[in-house]
Amino acid sequence: MANVELREEVSTQTTIKLDKLSNKTPFSEFWRKFKKQRLALAAGVFVILLIVLALFGPAVAPYSSEEFDYEHVLEGPSLTHWAGTDAYGRDIFSRIIEGTRISLFVGLLSVLLGAAGGTVLGLISGYYGKWLDSIIMRICDVLFAFPGILLAIGIIAILGPGLGNVVIAIAIFSVPIFARIVRSNTLALKSTVYVEATRSMGAKDRRMIWKHIFPGTASSIIVYFTMRIGSAILTAASLSFLGLGAQPPTPEWGAMLSSGRDYLNTAPHVTFFPGIAIFLTVLAFNLLGDGLRDALDPKIKD
Amino acid sequence: MQMLAISEHGDCGGVKMEAPLLEVKNLKKYFSINKGLLGRKKKFVKAVDDVSFTIKKGETLGLVGESGCGKSTTGRMLMRLLDPTEGQIYFEGKEISNLNDNQIRSLRKDFQMVFQDPYASLNPRMKVREIVSEPMVIHGIPKEERMERVEKLLTVVGLSAYHADRYPHEFSGGQRQRIGIARALAVNPKLIIADEPVSALDVSIQSQILNLLKDLQEEFELTYLFIAHDLSVVEHISDRVGVMYLGKIVELADKQSLYQNPKHPYTKALLSAVPIPNPRLKRERIILKGDIPSPSNPPSGCTFHTRCPLATEECRNKIPQVKEINPGHYVSCHLF
Repeated sequence: MANVELREEVSTQTTIKLDKLSNKTPFSEFWRKFKKQRLALAAGVFVILLIVLALFGPAVAPYSSEEFDYEHVLEGPSLTHWAGTDAYGRDIFSRIIEGTRISLFVGLLSVLLGAAGGTVLGLISGYYGKWLDSIIMRICDVLFAFPGILLAIGIIAILGPGLGNVVIAIAIFSVPIFARIVRSNTLALKSTVYVEATRSMGAKDRRMIWKHIFPGTASSIIVYFTMRIGSAILTAASLSFLGLGAQPPTPEWGAMLSSGRDYLNTAPHVTFFPGIAIFLTVLAFNLLGDGLRDALDPKIKD
Repeated sequence: MQMLAISEHGDCGGVKMEAPLLEVKNLKKYFSINKGLLGRKKKFVKAVDDVSFTIKKGETLGLVGESGCGKSTTGRMLMRLLDPTEGQIYFEGKEISNLNDNQIRSLRKDFQMVFQDPYASLNPRMKVREIVSEPMVIHGIPKEERMERVEKLLTVVGLSAYHADRYPHEFSGGQRQRIGIARALAVNPKLIIADEPVSALDVSIQSQILNLLKDLQEEFELTYLFIAHDLSVVEHISDRVGVMYLGKIVELADKQSLYQNPKHPYTKALLSAVPIPNPRLKRERIILKGDIPSPSNPPSGCTFHTRCPLATEECRNKIPQVKEINPGHYVSCHLF
């Protein structure tokens, strides 16, 4: 009862002082945390380089990927051909640069489709719960039971080989991963007081899902999105290596590995350089994903 | 239903203030605890068990009780955030407990809630402007009007218009609670359900928020259901007070008679626990024995008999009925 005597003025004074303290936007906060992670920053720079190469690759590449040169077949790295030439005398370095576009495009598009589908399913599953949740999650469990590559091979077997079908196959097996992550985030956010407060105002489900729950799941979607691109590129390369994706004349990294297989003893550079390209790209996306996770997670302080 | 007919009749009789804004009848909420796959023996937690009360327009009804006694559940049922297991809720004489989700949505304009934890009740990703204008967006108020009103509301609750473009984390607990109150006021509600609005705040800030709520009540003719566990907070703000124990209201009276002349042994024990700011003043403390029993297995008869110093054989066997011992003073105890 004694405290009731205190007057309002006290609070308005402290109010003004507190205001001067911070004018941080969520983005500047994110950047401050992200730039401290040197490795992730380097990976980010590499990913940007890859994107530039994917956009302007053919213009930058020293040779055309279709340029046959039977005088210089299976030559090792030299000053004229930085990564050597393949069995038809094509410049491997140029082919890798042109392959960037295919690999990135396949990785990005397939994960984008998978993430979109998985996010919608996860939101529905987590928000509405009950039988809808059970059905969606059991289907995801079934998809999870297959190893990713096996599932992709199965889907390709049904749809037929080709890069477009590789995209669909990878998208399908990315769906349950995103569905699960988004669902668990949705469950946590659904029980927060601010979502309940919105419900108490009379908001419709649509508003609560898209205005309050979805933005809360965005940071983990971004993290997994980045990490999945790495494994999607790897899967696409594997499928092409097996002859299920891009077909030989296409400068796809996996297909290049496959065509260099026969010369592994005599000309290892034919498989080595595309392999390195795949390795570095996947590593960069994974490191970037790790860095994003640390920067976006509000629980990790500096 | 009969009683409602009477109160409506009374309204027609000309005494307008007599019609309650909100009337709650025999409200129950049982949460089932399923055991086993095939629902063998269903057990229930009786969170709210047969609660009835009315709130008149412009008054504040305080609801006090220990944690777990069902006071928040009652508030949530009034907001229809939870569906009652049984019982009726009438708002301005119209039954709202049987409306479906779509019908209730437009009605929610008249009901707003202020939540306990000001850190959790505001979306950290939204600016204050968006938070305060959200109920107006939901209820279709045009944009220019919203922008104007947000700034006005912020000044009304003791913040400034320029706070609108900040995020909740830039504010202190008391300021956040002010934002929560501004949001509740945004659509001109008739009833505000305040679920422990000050218990997460510092004592010094509590009084500011309480005074703000009182001032707003005068200015906007608001009606409050004020849920709290702090008896002195409730005494300060309420006109009438209901005391809850294990899902039931054991005593309901206007503030003066409840605090000066408590009837129910539980109310007496609660009041004797309120600290007095005078170290020389000696008084008798009633210490209750044991813990609050589990609401999944409440004691027979009067639920308070296990801890009541005055319990008799009758209390163990018979559930006490609510009796009006003085005008407006209701007690549920066999002693009266």
